Amino acid sequence: MNQPPPYRAFHPRWYRPRMSTWWWLKRRSHVAFILRELSSIFVAWFVIFFLLLVAAVSRGEIAYWEFLSWAARPGTLLLNLVSLSFIVFHAVTWFNLTPQALVVRLRGRRVPGPLIAASNYAAWVLLSALVAWLVLGG
Amino acid sequence: MARRPIEPLLWLLFSAGGMLAALLIPILLVLFGLAFPLGWLSPPSHAHLVAVLGHPVVRVGLFLLCTLSLFHWAHRFRYTLYDGLQIKHLNELINPLCYGGAIVGSVAAGYLLWRIP
Repeated sequence: MNQPPPYRAFHPRWYRPRMSTWWWLKRRSHVAFILRELSSIFVAWFVIFFLLLVAAVSRGEIAYWEFLSWAARPGTLLLNLVSLSFIVFHAVTWFNLTPQALVVRLRGRRVPGPLIAASNYAAWVLLSALVAWLVLGG
Repeated sequence: MARRPIEPLLWLLFSAGGMLAALLIPILLVLFGLAFPLGWLSPPSHAHLVAVLGHPVVRVGLFLLCTLSLFHWAHRFRYTLYDGLQIKHLNELINPLCYGGAIVGSVAAGYLLWRIP
């Protein structure tokens, strides 16, 4: 699209306004949208981080302690802290959005949205407690 | 794009991954990313972690978490590039990189989780 298309009779000119790359900075809801989109990068980072942990545990006790001291380095800690804030943002917005994506009917009546969101939060608390219990020694 | 028959499947993987990531990643990241390295909690012993990670149900659950989270990333990141940077014309490069990355990561996750003693 570097050159203008050749003139043709009865053919209207294209109307294609250029959008700025930073279009989402003008409104707060658009910024939130882009931040939520960016959270996926940190989800992917977590998978890498977790698989490194799994690999270290498989290699043996020394590798496991080396992994923990690597995780304690300032750069890793900072990355994980930023990741956690993005992923919690993802989780909260995801749970709040579920009622709009998921319509549950019980005995012919629609289950109210806040109830669906509340059940998500309940599942969050229960699963987090279960994971902590398993990891910390049951 | 919406007419491609694979698109609904990708959306399904996206939302399943989004749900699992929202439910499970925060606690795992708090524990292994912050609490243990910073010494807020004493980390579990190696033997205990091998026992927990090696349990078949945990292995399958973690495999699903890794795989679906990666497909969640692939799908969302593709649209981030599409909306945020407006580089739709690079789709032929972006799509294989995103979904291919998710497939490679899933294979790696399966291998690593299967290999735990």
